[in-house]
Amino acid sequence: MYTEKVMDHFQNPRNMGEIENASGVGTVGNAKCGDIMRIYLDIDENRVIRDVKFKTFGCGAAVATSSMATELVKGKTVYEALKVTNSAVMEALDGLPPVKVHCSLLAEEAIHAALWDYAEKHGIEIEGLEKPKSDIHEDEEEESEEY
Amino acid sequence: MKKLIYLDNAATTKTAPEVVEAMLPYFVENFGNPSSVYSFAAKNKEALTMQREIIAEALGAKANEIYFTAGGSESDNWALKATAEAYKEKGNHIITTKIEHHAILHTGEYLEKQGFEVTYLDVDKNGVVKLDDLKAAIRPTTILISVMFANNEIGTIQPIQEIGEIAKEHHILFHTDAVQAFGQVPINVDECHIDMLSASGHKLNGPKGIGFLYIRKGVKIRSFVHGGGQERKRRAGTENVPGIVGMGAATTRAVETMKERTAKEAELRDYLIGRVLNEIPYTKLNGHPEKRLPNNANFSFRFIEGESLLIMLDMKGICASSGSACTSGSLDPSHVLLAIGLPHEIAHGSLRLTLSEETTKEDIDYVVECLKEIVSNLRNMSPLYEDFLKKNEK
Repeated sequence: MYTEKVMDHFQNPRNMGEIENASGVGTVGNAKCGDIMRIYLDIDENRVIRDVKFKTFGCGAAVATSSMATELVKGKTVYEALKVTNSAVMEALDGLPPVKVHCSLLAEEAIHAALWDYAEKHGIEIEGLEKPKSDIHEDEEEESEEY
Repeated sequence: MKKLIYLDNAATTKTAPEVVEAMLPYFVENFGNPSSVYSFAAKNKEALTMQREIIAEALGAKANEIYFTAGGSESDNWALKATAEAYKEKGNHIITTKIEHHAILHTGEYLEKQGFEVTYLDVDKNGVVKLDDLKAAIRPTTILISVMFANNEIGTIQPIQEIGEIAKEHHILFHTDAVQAFGQVPINVDECHIDMLSASGHKLNGPKGIGFLYIRKGVKIRSFVHGGGQERKRRAGTENVPGIVGMGAATTRAVETMKERTAKEAELRDYLIGRVLNEIPYTKLNGHPEKRLPNNANFSFRFIEGESLLIMLDMKGICASSGSACTSGSLDPSHVLLAIGLPHEIAHGSLRLTLSEETTKEDIDYVVECLKEIVSNLRNMSPLYEDFLKKNEK
């Protein structure tokens, strides 16, 4: 079902983890659909992405697209990172099954959400960056059942 | 070859070697059409009669009440559609449940488009149909109640006898999809007041592509496949002789081994459930704790997603499923898990393990060790788990 590259990134995810005091954090998706992605960016004064980490709740494709997206933006400027599209992520993974294409869109959105958070925190405007639609704020999260 | 631990016996089972052995002569040597007059083929007719008797005996039914089909889905379709058609003068209402197999649910939806009304009953948190709800749903126009004997995902066994009594009291036909239960639990159609029952060969170490519908004498449902006079003119088409012989052999085997086999499976199942619940935190057992199929365990692991879990298990040589295999093409979590009240994100993190008589304690130990490692790795990757930990720190 998945390409070798997808399987590789799923089993050996790159840049998985958290960044404390990150320059920007973006969380997109929703648990109802079974996918949540969170991207942490560490951006230097030259607006270069020094480090990037991700955490993902989701299927194999969701993990692989997050992992690949972090690789594609690492070391890039925020302006270059903004141009990393879902098709670039898919291409880098040698493709995704049609039902999983939305995972690559989510990865693109997660990057945008983290960039948006960075821009807001630092009071700057990144041309072409729009407020992500499916950004999740902590206070909006549903309480889940305890057991 | 790498290690293979097959824990998806609710999806399908290995065809037993003795079943294959029984089938083999009906491919090359005894290939005759049972409807032919000459003695060479006529003995195949006898072979069919014998299988019908074996299956009837297993159910406490009569041989002429067993109708061979191509499997569980066909039997379910036939029972619902043909009953609806035959009894539409009496009424247009059918009662079923929200946790049925898609062969029932989608047939119900089809019938709704044809003008029938279908009530889909809720179940409790263990997946058991509430009898008061069933009684309350009955209308003067109700012609059929269809409730599965045991659920394919969470393994819950329904109070079939009580449901049968309610149906009988109200003179409503009662159909049960026993695809998961036949061969696993004892079934008597008279005691349970079952009018129709669906079963499938490949769930009990028989071949794929064969099943049957039990139709109680007197139920006036019509032909589903029109053509020749096979199956008492109710299901045309030259009989799948090797398949039917396989179905009979699988039934014989299942009946003979049932007590010992299911006791062994249930013991290992309980061992598995105990270890997983004790050793993996934030985990829940789905389905009824006691009234469940002897080989079924279904868990929800919070903060992780089922497909990731399945792929990781596959890497370790473990075959399992997350919800029903038939659902895997869709992105929605299982309708059964939602019906028992699981929130979406917890339903997404479900795992079904279904044992066989070949499953060993060593297999279970290996699976539990793998699960502990995989669940922990996936949780470390999960933003939901991260949020949960941070919330608890506060």
